[in-house]
Amino acid sequence: MSAPQRRTDIGPPHYKDFLPPVIQKNYGDWKYHEVLNAGVMVHVANSGDKIWSVRVASPRLLSTDTIRDMADMAEKYCGGYIRFTTRNNVEFLVSDEKNLTPLQNELKAKKYMMGGIGSRISNIVHTQGWVHCHSACTDASGLVKVLMDEFADYFTTKETPNKVRLAVACCVNMCGAVHCSDIAVVAIHRKVPVVVDHDKVKNMCEVPSTIAACPTGAISPDPAKKSVKVNADKCMYCGNCFTVCPPMEIHDPENDGVAIVVGGKVGNLRSNPKFSKLAVPFIKNNPPRWPEVVTVVKKILDAYLADAKKHERVGEWIERIGWEKFFKVTGLPFTFQHIDDFTIARETFRTAATFKW
Amino acid sequence: MPKKYETPLLDELEKGPFPSFVTEIKKAAARSDMAADELGQLEKSYRDKRGYWKHGGIVGVRGYGSGIIGRYSSLREQFPNVANFHTVRINSTSAFFYTSQFLKEMCDIWDQYGSGLTNLHGSTGDLVLLGTNTENLEPIFAEFSSRGWDLGGSGSAMRTLSCCVGPARCEWSNINTLDINYNLTQEFQDEMHRPAFPYKFKIKTAGCAVDCIASIARADLSIIGTWKGKIAVDQSEVANYAKKGMNITEEIVNMCPTKCMSYDGSKLTINDADCNRCMHCIAKMTKALKPTGEKGATILMGSKAPFVIGATLSWVIVPFMKLEEPYDELKDLIRKMWEFWDEHGKNRERIGELVIRKGMREFLEFIGVEPVPQQVKEPRRDPFFFWTEADLQK
Ligand code: HEM
Ligand code: HEM
Ligand code: SF4
Ligand code: SF4
Ligand code: SF4
Ligand code: SF4
Repeated sequence: MSAPQRRTDIGPPHYKDFLPPVIQKNYGDWKYHEVLNAGVMVHVANSGDKIWSVRVASPRLLSTDTIRDMADMAEKYCGGYIRFTTRNNVEFLVSDEKNLTPLQNELKAKKYMMGGIGSRISNIVHTQGWVHCHSACTDASGLVKVLMDEFADYFTTKETPNKVRLAVACCVNMCGAVHCSDIAVVAIHRKVPVVVDHDKVKNMCEVPSTIAACPTGAISPDPAKKSVKVNADKCMYCGNCFTVCPPMEIHDPENDGVAIVVGGKVGNLRSNPKFSKLAVPFIKNNPPRWPEVVTVVKKILDAYLADAKKHERVGEWIERIGWEKFFKVTGLPFTFQHIDDFTIARETFRTAATFKW
Repeated sequence: MPKKYETPLLDELEKGPFPSFVTEIKKAAARSDMAADELGQLEKSYRDKRGYWKHGGIVGVRGYGSGIIGRYSSLREQFPNVANFHTVRINSTSAFFYTSQFLKEMCDIWDQYGSGLTNLHGSTGDLVLLGTNTENLEPIFAEFSSRGWDLGGSGSAMRTLSCCVGPARCEWSNINTLDINYNLTQEFQDEMHRPAFPYKFKIKTAGCAVDCIASIARADLSIIGTWKGKIAVDQSEVANYAKKGMNITEEIVNMCPTKCMSYDGSKLTINDADCNRCMHCIAKMTKALKPTGEKGATILMGSKAPFVIGATLSWVIVPFMKLEEPYDELKDLIRKMWEFWDEHGKNRERIGELVIRKGMREFLEFIGVEPVPQQVKEPRRDPFFFWTEADLQK
């Protein structure tokens, strides 16, 4: 079979072709929505028309088998219409109320996990990890799985004071909005890259582009070996050099692991968008289930649940109680790594004599 | 039959209530040699606590410089079927709406030519086909493009755009997010498919300040809907919220950041002149409160992950712009920004980093935007500012 005629620069198809008729009819004319339960919400248009969205969790990494199964259910109950959310959940778009219960029954029977709507823990934004990226210092999918297993009840039923947005990035490149999440796990290397075999650098790498790859200027030529050397005082373990020159080995199973950052948000509600800040500088990788990471995230979440006011996000709660209290109530140690020495350090130093003891 | 690997460590990740990515890989591995070797290599990563992928080597489809990401196993003898295992980025639909018919066609093509593994979606918003050989790339592209689908962006190019669900299913959207997303994607196909920028460029569009697409945190150009008029209050719906148990004083009035609301037990009053349009009250009392008046968007720029200068959030360039088809004002602004970047940007310098390096004045003058207080949190604190000859004449 020969391939069909290719076309270029056509862009994606028009979005209208993928909207259920009730959405086409009421486009831009919605009145309100109600969360019926953790997995179902209804949007009501000014015309009185309604659309129900049934949300289920997805690991983001999906096989064609599962996508076909979802497509079959969308055909059966939703006229074929289905969408995905920014946080990788799947939403079945039901236009006919009588399909709502049968769809949920089938989802339940097939062990799909419904939930994630409202003030709850939704799915975890994450990156490729060991599954498919060369830079990864941990596996994102594995961490997501163990954290969501632990917090499953907060997806399917239990409420939190406000939404809790979790994220996992498998290296400091942070493909995803990790730096603005309520609680996020970001994987880090802790040692400078090591050139084991200088002959390989000579044969495989272009020295000028390897030097140029380093954002901190830590790499210089080593003319004697026709290779490169790394200035350990300048290196911040980003792994960019490994990207262009694989013999510059950055992976280190004993020293790679994750940091935990907290208190970020992207929405403007109540307070302005915020960056996440460092809570735990390092936890060793312990696959397959990273129990130490789960314990720390749970500790932070529990402290938030116990103390936050309704509608307060993690960052707003911490700002109210103060960082010294945060470290006290979570029992997490405060270390030299917590004091910034990077580009905005001095803006983070306290310039007041006001403390909560 | 694909090779079967023992995976005692990964099997631990099939336990528990959350859907398992390991189960997904295993399903594909039952049919696909590539997915089977992916599973085998991943088990080894779990055992050795390190990844085994390599980057680099130019791969792509004819006439395009982006859309495919080359990925190679560093254990090619052991896992020959993933020796090259590239990512194909398909440009997703606006707000990720699909039909079952398309999804099934996509699955058929991907089972024939690839691993059967996907990401719905990658964090940029592409429909990611995860893993295939170099020789399959052209047939995959032909199959998709002949059906009306195209590749997304990668490398130093405009990346696949994404937007929130907006007017399709949200009562708060101030702009037509899906249409802006689609229209700009079509306008800038060349910039997406033939990398010619110093580095990547991302555009994300949110209908309101809730920012469900996280545009303020991860886009070189963030478009966030807003409005200029008052918040209309339906007092009978306010009463309904109170009746249903909402503590309006605690949950709404006291949490308003500008302290512009009051509630006397029956009537909710808003001093609109003080409201900064944060969306808190509207999001909590959607039946009672509605933005009214002129609708448009705030245009911000520059957010990115911490590399190299530290993380940045997008900052305001134009506080309010009307956005109506064909969006010429916005497109002109984007082209101007690119021109500035093209002229002054260093290789692998994001546009936000460049503007910080060069200073806002030079940038704003170049793109023809006047200074306004909405662009800053506060004016500068030091007296070390520059004067041009022209300033001195004023
Ligand atoms: C020097 C820095 C960076 C390098 C070397 C890098 C490398 C990569 C590579 C190789 C991939 C493909 C992974 C795969 O599918 O196999 C990727 C994906 C991606 N990158 Fe980066 N990246 C860098 C910086 C960033 C930054 C700063 C951002 C965001 C602000 C970003 C956002 C993304 C996103 C959204 C994806 C898609 C990930 C996904 O599938 O979810 N990258 N990056
Ligand atoms: C300064 C050093 C380099 C860095 C930091 C770097 C980083 C990246 C990043 C971040 C991506 C992923 C882009 C995405 O997210 O879509 C990428 C893609 C890619 N890089 Fe590099 N890269 C470097 C040098 C090179 C070199 C020297 C080559 C080839 C000899 C190369 C070949 C590729 C190819 C083929 C892709 C995938 C195709 C594409 O995105 O257009 N890179 N690189
Ligand atoms: S965060 Fe780092 S390791 Fe993870 S996918 Fe992005 S570049 Fe790769
Ligand atoms: S790891 Fe990053 S900072 Fe360190 S030498 Fe390599 S490129 Fe430079
Ligand atoms: S960003 Fe605003 S308009 Fe868009 S989906 Fe979220 S709440 Fe609705
Ligand atoms: S939108 Fe925000 S600032 Fe305006 S009245 Fe509501 S809570 Fe107050």
